[in-house]
Amino acid sequence: MVDLKVNFLGKEFKNPVISASGTFGFGEEYEEIFEVEKLGGICSKGLTLHPKEGNEGIRIWETPMGLMNSIGLQNPGVKSFISREINIMKKYNTNIIVNLGGNTEKEYIQGMELLNESNIDIIELNISCPNVKQGGMAYGIKSGTAYDIVKKCCNISKKPLMVKLSPNAENIGDMAKACEAGGADALSLVNTFSGMAVDIYNKKPVFNNIYAGLSGPAVKPIALRMVHQARQNVKIPICGIGGISSGKDALEFIMVGASLIQIGTANFTKPDICLDIIKEIEEFLEKENIKDINDIVGII
Amino acid sequence: MKLDYCSIVENKKINEEIYEMTISYPDCEIKPGQFFMIKSLERSYLLPRPISVYDYDGKNIKFLCKIVGKGTELLGRLKINEKIQILGPLGNGFELNEINGKIALVAGGIGIAPLNYLVKKLKSKNIDSYLGFKDIVFCTETFKKCSKDLIITTENGSIGKKGYITDYAKWKAYDTIITCGPEVMMNKVIKKGKENHIKTYASLEKRMACGIGACLGCSVKTKDGIKRACKEGPIFLGEDLIIEEQTW
Repeated sequence: MVDLKVNFLGKEFKNPVISASGTFGFGEEYEEIFEVEKLGGICSKGLTLHPKEGNEGIRIWETPMGLMNSIGLQNPGVKSFISREINIMKKYNTNIIVNLGGNTEKEYIQGMELLNESNIDIIELNISCPNVKQGGMAYGIKSGTAYDIVKKCCNISKKPLMVKLSPNAENIGDMAKACEAGGADALSLVNTFSGMAVDIYNKKPVFNNIYAGLSGPAVKPIALRMVHQARQNVKIPICGIGGISSGKDALEFIMVGASLIQIGTANFTKPDICLDIIKEIEEFLEKENIKDINDIVGII
Repeated sequence: MKLDYCSIVENKKINEEIYEMTISYPDCEIKPGQFFMIKSLERSYLLPRPISVYDYDGKNIKFLCKIVGKGTELLGRLKINEKIQILGPLGNGFELNEINGKIALVAGGIGIAPLNYLVKKLKSKNIDSYLGFKDIVFCTETFKKCSKDLIITTENGSIGKKGYITDYAKWKAYDTIITCGPEVMMNKVIKKGKENHIKTYASLEKRMACGIGACLGCSVKTKDGIKRACKEGPIFLGEDLIIEEQTW
């Protein structure tokens, strides 16, 4: 038997596979399809202090081995989450990670104060959403700006704080260092890549916001490089994200330094793909005679 | 609703862009208007495609697939006995007991697919079908059999009447209108339904990634806020929809 258990920020994860924010709702949509509690953790849809209706126009666009989205953080707001959606996530007997975004510093802080009193495991601080006009990714481009917001949030947070980085940061290594210096307990990376699509027949951008976030296997090699670079620059643990759609992909991220990994776009290709990935990781470890997954974290 | 893998029984080419795919899927409860997320096992593209049920006899499900891009092109190429991934049935579907009185079905192009299964299930003798096509007319047999009156249009008049189907409906004559097809057409039908105070149901088609309510890609603006076409829809009451004027 191989050991898939990972200790991350003082929490035990039964395996390193987590469903990524924005691709898994609050879990309930998937419970008819597979046993959600088999996941190492679930990351909530990105929340903001106040409810958001999201973006107008086309929100989803498939590209060669990629998916562009411009959902615009449609969510019920932190207050609704604490009274309603949290109970859905709590049913699954797995770690609950809450993704928190914001338009202003005040919104992040107020959201965090509310979450402090709730029964969740980790906050994933989203300074990387490319689909909102103010805030969001704006905090995740320059290291100095990121340091300020991370520091303020860390001073307030009673929960372990994992900062979700944007691949659109000016320099991913510097960004990782800045977040660590600001007090982040962990990093997750990467969020979606800012991209664009054009409707040539209507001679217009596909998305009302013009730019949208690209995810999926198309971005995996870049995401992997960024996780590797972050690993070289910080001591805090890392959760790897970006186009992972097989056990092999997951192991690549683990070997370059991710203790945990998140599955996003691949959930749409095959809604129970997380289970396949857990099984594939386990089979690899058995075949390679590796007793403990932690032994291969960051070996490259 | 479940995730499953099943074999193609038949994949019949109807015309250059439409295929009728039959899969074996016994003993499933499927309401007209519901759909499945369908994907070939080919791993060169990512998203399953939402395809509504065209017919179901308790054994085989039939889908009409229109080739619009790579995903649907691969579905069109599937051969007998090849496996596909299906997830469903999804969406709310039509409530048959709410569809009554004198009924008009107004469909455009591939929008005939969900209404084909509906017209069979309704078993009403009081249905008029209005089917609009661009130039090639397809799959009208069930409507012929199950409708009191059948009107077909093509844009150039090569078959049936010439022009748009919405120009031919005698709106005031109906108690219920059901529509599925291009957005511009449905918007017009919904508007006519509102003007004439007729209960109008529209089966919406939206881009979606998951089909189960998680991705929030298929949002629909309604009087009661943003809804998901895949979950609260795809069937909506016309009067509940907030329809914006076409900007292009």
